[in-house]
Amino acid sequence: MNPVRVVEGRAVPLERSDVDTDQIIPSEWLKRVERTGFGRGLFSEWRDDSNFVLNRDEYAGARILVGAARFGTGSSREHAVWALMDYGFAAVIASSFGDIFRNNSAKQGLVTVQLDPSDIDELTQLVKDDPARLVVVDVGNLAVEVPEVGWQRRFALDPMTQERLLQGWDDIGLSLRRERDITRFEASRHAPSLQGVFDENGRAARS
Amino acid sequence: MGRTLYEKIWDEHVIEGSANESPLLYIDLHLVHEVTSPQAFDGLRINGRGVRRPDLTLATADHNVPTDPLDTPIADPISRRQLEALDENCQEFGITVFPRGHENQGIVHVIGPELGVTQPGMTIVCGDSHTSTHGALGSLAFGIGTSEVEHVLATQTLPQQKAKTMSVEVRGTPGANITAKDIVLCIVARLGTGGGAGYVIEYRGEAIAQLSMEGRMTVCNMSIEAGARAGLVAVDETTIDYLRGRPGVPSGQEFEAAAQRWRTLVSDEDAVFDETVVIEASEVVPFVTWGTNPAQVVALNGVVPSPLDARSLDEQDTFTRALEYMDLTAGTPMREIPVDVVFIGSCTNSRIEDLRAAATVARGSHVHEGVRALVVPGSRRVKEQAESEGLDAIFTAAGFEWREPGCSMCLGMNPDILSPGQRCASTSNRNFEGRQGRGGRTHLVSPAIAAATAIKGRFASPEEVGA
Ligand code: SF4
Repeated sequence: MNPVRVVEGRAVPLERSDVDTDQIIPSEWLKRVERTGFGRGLFSEWRDDSNFVLNRDEYAGARILVGAARFGTGSSREHAVWALMDYGFAAVIASSFGDIFRNNSAKQGLVTVQLDPSDIDELTQLVKDDPARLVVVDVGNLAVEVPEVGWQRRFALDPMTQERLLQGWDDIGLSLRRERDITRFEASRHAPSLQGVFDENGRAARS
Repeated sequence: MGRTLYEKIWDEHVIEGSANESPLLYIDLHLVHEVTSPQAFDGLRINGRGVRRPDLTLATADHNVPTDPLDTPIADPISRRQLEALDENCQEFGITVFPRGHENQGIVHVIGPELGVTQPGMTIVCGDSHTSTHGALGSLAFGIGTSEVEHVLATQTLPQQKAKTMSVEVRGTPGANITAKDIVLCIVARLGTGGGAGYVIEYRGEAIAQLSMEGRMTVCNMSIEAGARAGLVAVDETTIDYLRGRPGVPSGQEFEAAAQRWRTLVSDEDAVFDETVVIEASEVVPFVTWGTNPAQVVALNGVVPSPLDARSLDEQDTFTRALEYMDLTAGTPMREIPVDVVFIGSCTNSRIEDLRAAATVARGSHVHEGVRALVVPGSRRVKEQAESEGLDAIFTAAGFEWREPGCSMCLGMNPDILSPGQRCASTSNRNFEGRQGRGGRTHLVSPAIAAATAIKGRFASPEEVGA
């Protein structure tokens, strides 16, 4: 994962709450075995509508998505994060998130920023007033800014996630460094295994 | 102070780190399916990593499999490629896999419990948000994304922060016509789609204790619809009786010894939950969803709500959009709304008990003209059991399609999908826009209501068809 310190660019206001991951990337896109190319499927059911905000020229090239309440609930599909990033988003700002979506985002380096609903409303208004306005998400200082008008809000991120984003750490690599602890843990307990439960053809060995 | 069930399982599985390290949760069972795993296996290959514990990993094909007869080839090349990739990856990394047509194949959350590989006190993960289902057996089970799938494959652990705990108690005995699906729809409506976020829910109270294992699975299954990653039910004799004799559990004395350990998997009397919700069983009536999220629930006897019923401006907006998408008018009695399709299946309601409930209603009646009704068993074992009881004959005589096991019409990624504008009464768990196919309209119901609705051609209760 690449380190993420600051995300800056245009922001698109979605103005919808309860945007679940089925809306972000519909399941017909889930048949693919690749990790790239999902940007075309992003919000695909809404993109047929020429008025849909992502279709509007003034928001082209935006880096930041401004959602509302309960963004990314539902299915665990990480494809939702891949689609957002493949499309070009590097940060999502919302008043709350689905837990699994937020986790998946952190693993991929998509920054999720949680703000109060009233702050979301203000920010939405600011970028509707002038879509060209620069919005800055500063992961190091945990702040969102619209420098042109001096608007700034702080946000919280758990320190581990913040550090991982800033350093671009590979989670698996970090855990593998604790191999000895894992092995010791395994040796310390007697836990069930599938060994002997199924034969080489996957048939139940006893039943 | 006593500990909750969640805390007991957490304590058993946590590998604490140093000050700036995240705790690692050890995973006892990793369930894998074709959709969320190919990119994870690729990640392992790219980084030259292996699967740490293939003996704690089990794979099945479910989301993408057609439910047509097994001799029908898979028409969609992209789907076929994904199913082949699962087989190849499992072969390469030494993982047991149940492909299409295998005697143990089925929806991942149906086969875990039925094979007895889901056991009390375990930590279980799967790249699927309805992994919460397995919590019905007193195991800590939750859905993960593909990066986490890769993480578990490589390390058999996950970096985790401890969740908050919530007790949802359903007090008293519900009416005879109330199903587990009605109970969980009631809970989701109460909590809202975000109310459980950050929590592990433990379902408690008489109404939960009286449920069968199948019913408890239906309840735990939909925890994620309230935003909670995991739902739990304490172990009792129902749990132990369910597990006895299943392929994954030991037999004889060894089983009794395990059962003795499992009986300790309950929250202590003096355990304190971070949040407590109480629902009276008398509040639970037969329910159906009217909108585009699973908290938008109304009584079958009720009417389509109006945006004016919304509790906030934000919700009012959501209501208006949902009504528009669902093509419904406020005030219409639910029982007057016609349906085009009925789907009985999914990891919420495709177990033998669900099929029995639907068959009881379907027996001797016929599906309404113009309605397509599908019954899709959750697994091959469920299918065979149902056939040995003659349920397939009841369904086909009544005009229902009897299909091969899989996720089917629960999500629009295999050939079973709705056409734009079609309205479906579905026993699945998500009524999101387009969930069952682009432009499709989903109403969530119990198997009994689904069957009655198929016969009447509009939302109906089993009593209306004389069941
Ligand atoms: S049946 Fe539906 S909810 Fe369950 S695992 Fe399959 S797609 Fe997911």
